[in-house]
Amino acid sequence: MSDLDSFRAETRAWLEANCPPEMREPVQGEEDVYWGGRKATFKSDAQKAWFEACRDKGYTVPAWPREYGGAGLSPPEAKILREEMARINARPPLSSFGIWMLGPALLKFGTEEQKRKYLNEIARGEIRWCQGYSEPGSGSDLVSLQTFGEDKGDHWIVNGQKIWTSYADKADWIFCLVRTDKSNKYQGITFMLFDMESPGVSTKPIKLISGNSPFCETFFDDVKVPKDQYVGEINRGWDVAKYLLGHEREMISGADNSERGAGIGAMLKRQTGELDPVLRAELALFDVDALAFSAMAEKFLDEVKVGKAHPAQPNMMKYAGTELNKRRHELMMAAGGSAALEWDSEESRGGSAARSWLRTKANSIEGGTSEVMLNVIAKRILELPGA
Amino acid sequence: MPLYHDDDQAMLADTASQFMAEEGAIAKQLRHWRDRECKDGFGHALWKQMAEMGFTGILVPEADGGLGMGHVEAGIVLEEIGRNLTPSPFLTSSVVAATALGQANDDLRGRWLPGLIAGDSVFAVAIDEGAKHRPERIATRAEKSGNGFKLSGRKDFVVQGASADMIVVAARTSGTEDDADGVTLFAVPKDAAGLDHNAVRLVDSSMASHLTLDGVELDGDAVIGEVDGGREILNRMLDAGRVGAAAEGVGVARGAMDMTVDYLKQRKQFGKLIGEFQALQHRAAHLYSEVEIARAATIKAQQLLDAGAENASLMASVAKAKVGKAAGLAVKEGVQMHGGIGMTDEYDIGLYMKRDRALAEFMGDVHYHAGRVAELSGY
Repeated sequence: MSDLDSFRAETRAWLEANCPPEMREPVQGEEDVYWGGRKATFKSDAQKAWFEACRDKGYTVPAWPREYGGAGLSPPEAKILREEMARINARPPLSSFGIWMLGPALLKFGTEEQKRKYLNEIARGEIRWCQGYSEPGSGSDLVSLQTFGEDKGDHWIVNGQKIWTSYADKADWIFCLVRTDKSNKYQGITFMLFDMESPGVSTKPIKLISGNSPFCETFFDDVKVPKDQYVGEINRGWDVAKYLLGHEREMISGADNSERGAGIGAMLKRQTGELDPVLRAELALFDVDALAFSAMAEKFLDEVKVGKAHPAQPNMMKYAGTELNKRRHELMMAAGGSAALEWDSEESRGGSAARSWLRTKANSIEGGTSEVMLNVIAKRILELPGA
Repeated sequence: MPLYHDDDQAMLADTASQFMAEEGAIAKQLRHWRDRECKDGFGHALWKQMAEMGFTGILVPEADGGLGMGHVEAGIVLEEIGRNLTPSPFLTSSVVAATALGQANDDLRGRWLPGLIAGDSVFAVAIDEGAKHRPERIATRAEKSGNGFKLSGRKDFVVQGASADMIVVAARTSGTEDDADGVTLFAVPKDAAGLDHNAVRLVDSSMASHLTLDGVELDGDAVIGEVDGGREILNRMLDAGRVGAAAEGVGVARGAMDMTVDYLKQRKQFGKLIGEFQALQHRAAHLYSEVEIARAATIKAQQLLDAGAENASLMASVAKAKVGKAAGLAVKEGVQMHGGIGMTDEYDIGLYMKRDRALAEFMGDVHYHAGRVAELSGY
């Protein structure tokens, strides 16, 4: 038996012993997702047990080094763990912008001290992070941002407003793009980290068309940020931000979770009984695209691991993945018929079909619009001339 | 197994890419034979050269003198064939017929495989009986006659049928047209009495034949596999053909896309390179995404087929359908973005459109395979 075969056998046995049956069911609603943080509570004992078992094993961030709270798995081992978790439909033990976005940026740009502190907190689910990128005047055009940090010697005084800060009202800390030099558009931004409980930070949820409000407006009024709380170099935060955006796009595309790319025809047939022949045909054509995208997601992750992927490829994954996800929810609404319209009944799990359908419309806006993704593909991959 | 080519496969890709770009180029092969109204639609000299490169026996086991490689490797050669629109019997002979012969007895292997490996023989496969690919339905009959069989019926759009030294024919030895069981495969030599071809030239300048079998007498040893038990081998041939056609289609799509993107960087209108216009940039970027995804699906299907995985056949249909969509988009955008010259025979982009159309029908189109994905998924 090769090392990888025995790793698979061990992993299977470990999951069997540690993943409670309730954690092997698809996530139904927001309360099924555990985000960690100072204010976190568990929905059930099973959720708590599953999180703690993974945390202690380093499986909240399996590929991170052990000294930073991970399990130090090699890429093939991490893939085996993913496959084995997918095989039993295990839920992610911890969801976190710290894992998906800040962590990879710290691993690349952070100091040893920052890595030991922040990565361990993320891996152990102790601190919940939110992201401060967009501003009212700077959505996809991030370099136009205005939030300003004034240099006060040993600290900055930050003033400005962020928008679309997901779960800012529930987060403990924020990673944030702040202009520190007004004379240079690109090289005048610093990537700062600070506690959301700092005096002068306030948040207000934005109600969306889905009726939910995961997003907030966040205001900074003379917020004091110590001078050592930045990542990368001062005024070179754009390098960190660009790197991190790559990970964000990957995440939104669903490339990290190829299950989302799987077909839906069979599931809808089970749920709704007979399918209208034209709908069946549309579902079949959708499933072709979805199963093909799932292969693409697997190929992309394999290539990322060995540095074969084009640096702008996450933009393609984000574009294709989010457009696919919107189409998926359009079809789910069509198959569900009037039942999918229910807004707040218990039967409809609080209108989850309708709310999810509306939520997906943001997929091709957040993290850079589809149009911005197409611009990047055209210029950086196809090398078409600039206007 | 990671979903990209390993070092050996990447080396094969370099070799195949260089060889096809030089020897299989559009001007040297497709246009050359088309303009001479070649009755085969391809050049035998190139086929011989492909044999010298080792390509012809790529899927033939080493014990039979081949290279014993898999569908990933065959796909590498097919992608380059597609990119250069190289007319060649590779797909029908080295992929589909070779898959059938892999299941044949020693006599048949000894009789046909050396010629394939040497590039002296070409093979065809006769499955369809009508304008659309419907392999579930086999009406051609094979009746017991002496110690052999007598075949009667008609097969349509047999690619390179009239040029083939041997044709793998799917016929019915029992049951009725729509039965899964009762199908038998035969290796029919070109000189068999009662075999008649009505050869037609298709839109892409390739040749296909309407095959009439009028009491074609064959010895019992012409049977590939078991009598009445041919459906399983036929399904393997079909999967090999689906994945192979998908790989060639990826090459067609990439060839058309590369040509178009190059054109966007050269052609000026309104005082600008047309590639500067966002309307065209977005369409080109969308096309790129579709072609990359189609290619990933194809490599996945090749790997699953090589691994003998349970879901290989599902993924083969996913790949054929996805490539059908993506390559169709590539050639349509290609002709449109080239503007008026895209409609001229002088420019190659239209040739990509023609080849894509023929390849889209071969082994089942988007609709057939999407339907199959639905059925295999249980709806």
